[in-house]
Amino acid sequence: MSPLRVVALRKSYEGREVVAGLGFELQRGECYGLLGPNGAGKTTTLRCCLGLTMPDSGEIVLAGEPVPERAREARMKIGVVPQFDNLDPDFTAAENLIVYGRYFGMKDAEIRPKIAELLDFAGLSGKEKANIRTLSGGMKRRLTLARALVNDPELLLLDEPTTGLDPQARHLIWERLKRLQAQGKTILLTTHFMDEAERLCQRLAIIDAGRMVAEGAPRDLIRDNIEAQVVEVYGEDAPGWAQREAQAFSNRVEVSGETAFCYVADAAPLLAHLAAWPSLRTLHRPANLEDVFLKLTGRELRD
Amino acid sequence: MNILPRLSLRAFAVWRRNFLVWKKLAIPSLLGNLADPMIYLFGLGYGLGGLLPQVGGVSYIAFLAAGTVCASTMNAASFEALYSAFSRMHVQRTWEAIMNAPVTLEDVMAGELLWAAAKATLSGIAILLVIWVLGLIGSPLALWAVPVIFLTGLAFAALGLIVTALAPSYDFFMYYFTLFITPMVLLCGVFFPPDQLPPAVQAVAAWLPLTHAVALVRPLLFGEIPSGIVGHVAALLAVAAIAFGIASALIRRRLLK
Repeated sequence: MSPLRVVALRKSYEGREVVAGLGFELQRGECYGLLGPNGAGKTTTLRCCLGLTMPDSGEIVLAGEPVPERAREARMKIGVVPQFDNLDPDFTAAENLIVYGRYFGMKDAEIRPKIAELLDFAGLSGKEKANIRTLSGGMKRRLTLARALVNDPELLLLDEPTTGLDPQARHLIWERLKRLQAQGKTILLTTHFMDEAERLCQRLAIIDAGRMVAEGAPRDLIRDNIEAQVVEVYGEDAPGWAQREAQAFSNRVEVSGETAFCYVADAAPLLAHLAAWPSLRTLHRPANLEDVFLKLTGRELRD
Repeated sequence: MNILPRLSLRAFAVWRRNFLVWKKLAIPSLLGNLADPMIYLFGLGYGLGGLLPQVGGVSYIAFLAAGTVCASTMNAASFEALYSAFSRMHVQRTWEAIMNAPVTLEDVMAGELLWAAAKATLSGIAILLVIWVLGLIGSPLALWAVPVIFLTGLAFAALGLIVTALAPSYDFFMYYFTLFITPMVLLCGVFFPPDQLPPAVQAVAAWLPLTHAVALVRPLLFGEIPSGIVGHVAALLAVAAIAFGIASALIRRRLLK
């Protein structure tokens, strides 16, 4: 049985459809990503899955329980890492874990023996008595992850787990998530970081305006949706050059500011041509998930 | 309103969370709750009381003591349900974290309600003790004031949660205190018997929850059985239940849309 199945989910706020018929199904043990720009409906979808937002229509089965009808029972078996830190600032690290375990009906005697192990997993060994206010952003996020594991959940929901963290902290979170997956946990995460999605997710859905625009393994998405090579051309003359010359050597050209993105199956003719334009700088690289994402969701800002 | 099916014993986990925070600062918190009412009690009780003959058949300070117990219970419950609950709901996002666990919004609110009432009861009891030490309590019947204090705490905690549900920021609470809580202190028999007021104002005061609390607590402290017990208790219970229903619906709309 799938840890989470979502069918034809819809949710509108004041006439604006935020989630517009979204559907996906997680396989046990995989890491599945919801990838989308700000406002794509990722957080609303997660809230619906937890029974914290009432969908207008659609079907959700979380950990074998229909949601929202039996959301409380479903949440017994789920761990959640929210987008914004909401650790209890009045408590120490250990107290945060104990108090959170009580919300699952766990006895203190059940939780206490797990504290050292959970803090150790979070890279916070010996921080039992640390005040939350003294922890760095990365430490807080790791403690939030440890808190989400207090009930030994089968499925973890993470809403933008590394937003706002520095590179070291992000890598540590990624490493821990991989370890959890190796232990057999299923993971659903939302993100707008392509490298995060590419690194962690076996499958992902690209979401825009509440709709799924593509779904699959990161590598397949790149292969199926976009040319294999990208030549980025920079410089003051780049937009003008792109308008006049680029089309002849590229399958597709996009201009953003002073950069032209030339998508090509074979880059050799384009690079040969560019050798005659010393004022333009170039970067030749394989296409990545970000290219797919930008192609499918557009380049305009989403705020 | 469909609240009961969503309530569970998990509410006590929320209550215990707040209790654990309070325990860390219990003594300063209790002293803080005592300071303000004691200033009024001694200042007005001795200062003003010295100028007055008996009020309602007792010394003014004894009269005022009973009112002070009720007013400070009201204040303690209101502060907790407004400022503290708002911090947990809006600023710290504590409720959001709790509701990611198998705890419903109604559990969270019931935990907050019971906690605010419990904290108000603690501060009410602390004042009762001081009054007892001062020799202003006439009989063991005064122990019955404790459940009345708890009930008063429930009523004002529930009312406070409505205001919290509607509050955009902390500033909003000033209106509630200025327009509702402070007038009640003056209209409901805390400082003087309500029959000193014009009849029209008395009629309004009779509908205010603090009136019912004072009408129960004052005779109990003097060793008398209050008249109209059932009506007063029912009024406080009704306020608590109806206000909690309204607060739950409002907060559900605010947080779970």
